[in-house]
Amino acid sequence: MEDQIFVSDLPSLDTLYPGKVTLDTRSGYSGFIVPREFLLEVSTEIHDVWGYDMLSSITGVDYFPEKMEVVYHFYRSLGGGALVLKVQVPRDDAVVPSIFSIYNGAEFQEREAWDLLGIKFDGHPDLRRILMWEGFEGFPLRKDWKEAYYEGDTKPFSSRWPEGVAEHSENKNIFNDNVKYPENFDPDKWIASGEEALYLGLQKSENGKDMETESIVINLGPQHPSTHGVFRMAALVDGEEIVDLKPAFGYLHRNHEKIGERNTFLQNMPFTDRLDYISSMSNNFGYALAVEKLMGVKPPERAEYIRVIMAELTRIESHFMSTGFLLNDLGAFFTPALYALKERELILDVFEAVSGSRMMCNYFRFGGVVRDLPAGIQETIKNLAFERLPGKVDELDQLLTENEIVRSRCMGIGVLTAEQAINLSVTGPILRASGVPYDIRRADPYSIYDRFDFDIPVFYHGDVYDRYLIRIEEMRQSVRIIQQAITQIPEGPVFEGKPQYQVRVPAGEAYGRVEAPKGELGFYVVSNGQANPWRYHVRAPSFINLTSLRQMCLKYKVADVIAILGSIDIVLGEVDR
Amino acid sequence: MQSEKINKPDINIPPELQSQVAITTLDRIYNWSRANSLWPMMFGLACCAIEMIITAASRYDFSRFGMEVMRPSPRQADVMIVSGTVTKKMVPQIVRLFNQMGEPKYVLAMGACASGGGPFKEGYNVVSGIDKFLPVDVYIPGCPPTPQALLHGLIILQKKIEKEKLADAEWYKKDFYEEIPVPILGPDLLDPRKYHLFKKEIDTTTEELVIESDAKGEEA
Ligand code: SF4
Repeated sequence: MEDQIFVSDLPSLDTLYPGKVTLDTRSGYSGFIVPREFLLEVSTEIHDVWGYDMLSSITGVDYFPEKMEVVYHFYRSLGGGALVLKVQVPRDDAVVPSIFSIYNGAEFQEREAWDLLGIKFDGHPDLRRILMWEGFEGFPLRKDWKEAYYEGDTKPFSSRWPEGVAEHSENKNIFNDNVKYPENFDPDKWIASGEEALYLGLQKSENGKDMETESIVINLGPQHPSTHGVFRMAALVDGEEIVDLKPAFGYLHRNHEKIGERNTFLQNMPFTDRLDYISSMSNNFGYALAVEKLMGVKPPERAEYIRVIMAELTRIESHFMSTGFLLNDLGAFFTPALYALKERELILDVFEAVSGSRMMCNYFRFGGVVRDLPAGIQETIKNLAFERLPGKVDELDQLLTENEIVRSRCMGIGVLTAEQAINLSVTGPILRASGVPYDIRRADPYSIYDRFDFDIPVFYHGDVYDRYLIRIEEMRQSVRIIQQAITQIPEGPVFEGKPQYQVRVPAGEAYGRVEAPKGELGFYVVSNGQANPWRYHVRAPSFINLTSLRQMCLKYKVADVIAILGSIDIVLGEVDR
Repeated sequence: MQSEKINKPDINIPPELQSQVAITTLDRIYNWSRANSLWPMMFGLACCAIEMIITAASRYDFSRFGMEVMRPSPRQADVMIVSGTVTKKMVPQIVRLFNQMGEPKYVLAMGACASGGGPFKEGYNVVSGIDKFLPVDVYIPGCPPTPQALLHGLIILQKKIEKEKLADAEWYKKDFYEEIPVPILGPDLLDPRKYHLFKKEIDTTTEELVIESDAKGEEA
């Protein structure tokens, strides 16, 4: 059994590829630096031989003015830590081979890096802008690119209150708006590039049919009642059947990352709330973990318990919501959703009591949580966990699971196999509904999840129905965790050290990831020792899960697409960031 | 009953008829019925949309105020609740949706983002408030506004509607046709109403150049 590979083994690529791959030796950094010529060779090797079958995140970092770096995080679907690869390229020749052919999940992430950082991926099948529109001027995340309301590189800006008088950014701009144009731009000569690229990219099916039929393009969104926000897709249909489908993003692109790199570390916390705005506590968790890794602090016991309780309440609340809205999409307009939202309100009451806000909690801090649970809330949570929620989850289960219409609309629809799911970088409930028991709380445990007794539910059909079932099951497991946590929670402080407005973060990089309700939520943070993050990247689960949408929809009917999209459970704040 | 609201106060109705007869003006009955059956557009942009949905759902339930009919089609809606961040990529669609709504129509800017850009104001893809393009009737502060705040905003809108007069209702006037030009996605967002500003910019720079060269010529 000599060639057995253990999950804990990290391949020492630098000795396997002497002279080609080197260890990243910058202080605070880890992983390997691969020259771009060997990237495909190395990634094939780690995929085929070393079992790093899941590409978690691809992003770029602009080390202005020297170089551009592309950072890859790979994981094994069996569990364990990350393998980090980096490719360094000059800024004016930022071309890297695309690893799309090995990891299909790279598709949207590479497009995003192209869109925002101007890194070209050679061999990518459809390298278009993804969040901004075709024709937009410049690559906004490059450090030398400045937005129209630019005031300074880093906050806090001194210009906000000159002599105590507030000044509006609009008034400094001659267009009185948040716009800027290249020099000598003439609007009358501008020809908008339109949407041809999106529509022309749709592939006609090749398989010969007896009858010549004409296929048509259907555009859905961004204003559509069942796209869960401003999501849009273009589908090529043959009769009722989906032949090809492409999502279009960016209608809620709010520039989290650019703003995040101007902000101080702590200022970003409330912005993370607005990523997946249904589960702000989980977002706080991921960002806090990433920065805590850099700072090397650990929250006190009580804070850990509070964090877990809040994260699990969030999971329940988010799953309630997604189940309710899936039923909306199936046509049971709002009645099941009303049941679900009623319970969600009770959880929001807890959030409001602990943090002061129903949705935008901003509750976590680096090294703990911002304040202790107020009096009486522990009792409320106990009540919820032991009395109210278990019964209500069962109620939803009884109402829906055996329902004839739910079954016939969901079973066997939108099938995604385990191999496809892993290759497409899918995470969260969708991955587990396809038969892969991968949950970061177990696969790469963080916080104190290793202390609790809970199961990772797995279903094997990979269809809409299983994705629904898994959410019901996960709510039960979350209730179990809360029950244990709320009985074991110790007394004590909830914050390590003294609360500070300006935290000191040593130089280095960190990738913090949590199992958010939608999947793996990762924060890649690079610090250069200053008060602001040099790079702040969010690996958004619902964005990357959408990579699988096309695969799931092919050969199904138009009406199924709505159900399939509902089963992915996207939140646009996170998809577009 | 809301008969006090309908009745014209200075007309005395005999007490025995008070619950059956109302004497009122056309304006009052027209506005009263409109204000109490507002159909909001089912149209969500960002985080605020979630609170809007919650306002429609069990605990807050805005159908108590006659607003339960949310319509995804702009043709059937009276109120556009702009619930969230307005991005440059989305604003052409929003303007188009607004143009497609039938008169009389109202716009509610829900939350900090729709009112003025909000936390994301400095972002390169964010419009500093929907009022840069659409006429806003009520602004609701908050990030997100609580459901109570949204309800309050809607009630304020009802009050505004109740003050309107048929005689000077714009939308009944002849030739009333007001379409907002749809912005275009250029190298940055292009607002057709501001094209002249480009010209002005170019003109002033050339003027300055002329003056400068003149001055130089005089010196020489
Ligand atoms: S105002 Fe706040 S809650 Fe509303 S859309 Fe903007 S960021 Fe989201």
